[in-house]
Amino acid sequence: MEIKVLGPGCPNCEKMVEMAKKAMKELGIDANIEKVSDMMEIMKYTMSTPGLVVNGKLKHSGKPLPSPDKVKELIKSEM
Amino acid sequence: MLKEFASYVTYGLIKLDQGSRLGDATEFFIYDTIKIFLLLSVIIFVVSIIRSYFPPEKTKKILSHKKEFIGNILAALLGVVTPFCSCSAVPLFIGFVEAGVPLGVTFSFLISSPMVNEVAVVLLWGLFGWKIAAIYMGTGLLVAIFGGFIIGKLKLEKWVEEYVYKFHAGQEQEILKQAFKERLQYAKWNTTDILKKVWLSIIIAIGIGGFIHGYVPQDFLANYAGKGNPFAVPVAVALGVPLYSNAAGVLPIVYALMEKGLSVGTVLAFMMAVTALSLPEMIILRKVLKIPLLGVFAGIMTVTIIAVGYLFNAIL
Repeated sequence: MEIKVLGPGCPNCEKMVEMAKKAMKELGIDANIEKVSDMMEIMKYTMSTPGLVVNGKLKHSGKPLPSPDKVKELIKSEM
Repeated sequence: MLKEFASYVTYGLIKLDQGSRLGDATEFFIYDTIKIFLLLSVIIFVVSIIRSYFPPEKTKKILSHKKEFIGNILAALLGVVTPFCSCSAVPLFIGFVEAGVPLGVTFSFLISSPMVNEVAVVLLWGLFGWKIAAIYMGTGLLVAIFGGFIIGKLKLEKWVEEYVYKFHAGQEQEILKQAFKERLQYAKWNTTDILKKVWLSIIIAIGIGGFIHGYVPQDFLANYAGKGNPFAVPVAVALGVPLYSNAAGVLPIVYALMEKGLSVGTVLAFMMAVTALSLPEMIILRKVLKIPLLGVFAGIMTVTIIAVGYLFNAIL
């Protein structure tokens, strides 16, 4: 499984990374989270950060952040 | 009902003297504060729900390959409802160009978005009445439409940084589906987020209205910078450009200036200059635009904003 968090390094992006990590732990998934901060790379998916990409699919973009449960659900939907 | 509440707090709870200057000012302050915060909360909430239907990805799609003029009008209108902050001007600009949105149309969006928005309109409405709010909104849209239109006509694509044209998304950006419940959540979050950012400047603005009102002579500024002075508008615009703030942030200054006799056109031009034209935004846009294009942009904006100022000083 491939998970990317899109964001230029804002506090919200960090929160998103934390939530994704926690969700993966709870779901028992072992995968790396890639933090994408390069604008051109981010732009391939969305114009609003933070973004969450699971297996190449955009699952969330922009503020407000989804709830931790929602993040878990979004990742689960690609399992 | 609000009026009764305000007078109850002033004379019943704080026990100020009825009819005293301090009592009047306090009553006015309480009434106006509650009124404006109610208006703001309701309108930001409603606009946020509308906004959730216009993510930048969708706006981009609507504007892609649109003809000039119609495109400029649409872009200026969409600028009002698309959630956007100048910090994301660069990705937005690249995304628009990549999607085939004409340069002038992109500019109409970039001009209208920070200048004409629900917060600016509600605050002007609450403090100065609906007429001034409507005038600000109408002329703001006109400045955005014509500013972008002229930039489009001048064919300045050569002054956009080359790398912008080299960017190819490869895949289309997706527009995520949202349940209505999520839109409501977004609206709630957005409303509290905006209120958190603006409450202090609003209270200061209302405070100026209520308390400083009687203490500085009414026409203090009118003598120097009133309608009769042809330099008032250009000077106000020149002072507004280096300031960087949103509509709520400049409101205390705007309110004080108007109280002390500056004319409506001059004040509106000042507010437009602060919100639409600023050095930090120029620095951000420098990443995608070459200096001559930035110069043309700033020049056109300055001239149109000054024209708006003169127009309203002449007719109001």
